[in-house]
Amino acid sequence: MNDASAALHTSYREAAREGLRAALAADPRVFLMGEDVGRYGGCYAVTKGLLQEFGPERVRDTPLSESAFVGAGIGAAIGGLRPIVEIMTVNFSLLALDQILNNAATLCHMSGGQVSVPVVIRMATGAGRQLAAQHSHSLEGWYAHIPGLRVIAPATLDDARFMLAAALACPDPVLLFEHIVLYNMEGELTAGLQAVDIDHAAVRRAGRDLTLVTYGGSLPKCLAAANMLGRDGIEAEVLDLRTLRPLDDAAIMDSVRRTHRVVVVDEGWRSGSLAAEVTTRIVEQAFYELDAPVARVCSAEVPIPYPKHLEDAALPSPERIVKIARELLARGGNG
Amino acid sequence: MSAISRERGLAALREMLRIRCFEDRCVQLYGELKIRGFLHLCNGEEAVAVGTLGALEMSDAVVSTYREHGHALARGLAMGPVMAELYGKHSGTSGGRGGSMHIFDAARRFYGGNAIVGGGLPLAVGLALAQKLQRQPAITACLFGDGAVAEGEFHESLNLAALWRLPVLFLCENNRYAMGSAIDLVESQTDIAAKASAYRLLSRPVDGMDVFAVADAAREAAAHVRAGNGPAFLELRTYRFRGHSMFDAQLYRDKAEIEAWQKKGPIITLTTQLKGLGLMSEDDYQRLEHDARAEVQAAVEFAERAEWEPLEQLERFVYAERTQ
Repeated sequence: MNDASAALHTSYREAAREGLRAALAADPRVFLMGEDVGRYGGCYAVTKGLLQEFGPERVRDTPLSESAFVGAGIGAAIGGLRPIVEIMTVNFSLLALDQILNNAATLCHMSGGQVSVPVVIRMATGAGRQLAAQHSHSLEGWYAHIPGLRVIAPATLDDARFMLAAALACPDPVLLFEHIVLYNMEGELTAGLQAVDIDHAAVRRAGRDLTLVTYGGSLPKCLAAANMLGRDGIEAEVLDLRTLRPLDDAAIMDSVRRTHRVVVVDEGWRSGSLAAEVTTRIVEQAFYELDAPVARVCSAEVPIPYPKHLEDAALPSPERIVKIARELLARGGNG
Repeated sequence: MSAISRERGLAALREMLRIRCFEDRCVQLYGELKIRGFLHLCNGEEAVAVGTLGALEMSDAVVSTYREHGHALARGLAMGPVMAELYGKHSGTSGGRGGSMHIFDAARRFYGGNAIVGGGLPLAVGLALAQKLQRQPAITACLFGDGAVAEGEFHESLNLAALWRLPVLFLCENNRYAMGSAIDLVESQTDIAAKASAYRLLSRPVDGMDVFAVADAAREAAAHVRAGNGPAFLELRTYRFRGHSMFDAQLYRDKAEIEAWQKKGPIITLTTQLKGLGLMSEDDYQRLEHDARAEVQAAVEFAERAEWEPLEQLERFVYAERTQ
């Protein structure tokens, strides 16, 4: 490792922290609040050190009252600040669902455009750490159902570092989901990169034989699956949605037109999932491009279990993605 | 309490009569199907609206509930656009998109019109946090009913506001019924001011039928909050003369109870008081009532003339249309 790459070497956790630090340094209107974000350093250690650097006025430990501090973030945004609210995990966000849906998502429309809510709400999501059925769910698809919200899911180091700034620049409420298995992911940031958007999906691996459409914690699994397929000469394209609402339909359909086969990989439950929405859009907009029915790899329809072998079996895995991809390639069309 | 002058007395009565006439006309318009949806009227609670809103500065923020016509009018929103909002017309205060329960006016810092019981309290805490962090001299007034006291958001918000010493003036409009549930059927402690004081903030009960008692208490509490002493809480004890909404058959309370409270109503009490003190003649009263009715009539005509929003605009305002 040379000096330049050493400077770019980081983890997802550190990249997210650097994004927070840069946001706090860049704009005095920005502040951070949530449970244990200060003295404890954040339950996933993302905010460690920020209290010491920016002080208790801008890095605020809150009581365990999700509805009050999420609502306070919404109110502070209306009042002229740019709050970043951290909720420990998406399961806890249900305690603040009233504020997120009935206020953040609704006030702009209900007031005839008079009030906008530029708040960013960060939360951890997903399974893989044996945290059982109240700390492991992937409910971002629920939030992506709601008009008025923007929902983003950084899955790479670059996005972990830079999506926050784009979210803060947006005048609408943005929900930012960080998958818990990504925090320890290490690698290098793209040299010279200064900013990313929160509007477009990104092709993370080009391919001609099929497309794996995914986001968040399932991206590394799809890339692993694509490598496994590649050893057999099957070239899978991997499309990272990045933004779950609004969906980048154009990028999805472009990929479908290139590969004509699609597997949607989503850690949410299959029924009524984001994967269902993506699939339906493909059927609506690019049906005649398909050489085979769209396939899905989702979580088993159970609350996430504690023991490792059961948790692993409940979640999408590279092996399952490969299996479904092979089945898809075996079906009809030109393949 | 400050001495009552003719000027102060007539001003308070004028404001309360505007609200009463507005609400009474709404009943008629609802019957004519001009106003639809849920309609919650504040007859009997006019002293709370006039006394509390009158104690604020225009730089202060206000968060209200779905029973907010009186609050909006007392805040200075023009009656025509408020009525147009109830009609759902484009020139309504929220462009017609909110209706009776969601009156907004960002210019007057009137932030709804919140129809989730308790949902406005966290919002008010956040507005106050913004005021404090930006070193503004302004405060946030948060109006809610006794029903909100049973919600978790009430307790979370009082705790957070007191903990962070935020400039929130909590105004609990206790009309004794959460929809059809009498307060003693839903609260273990019916003394709401006492309950609030557990959060270590200035808290006191007020006769919500006495407009000057409300105004004086609100002014004192607002000054306390504005001086940086943290939040204050007023329990304004009042009564709702009409049903919860227009669908309410009022099976849960006796007519005798309503009649007893009507005798203690804020408008009749003040009228009797001013006449008794020789500060107001019957002619004065008739003129105030006439003026209020004329203003309401003009508001109805404004709403009748107003346009419907074009269908092509259905999906506007889901996201912000201006950059910040």
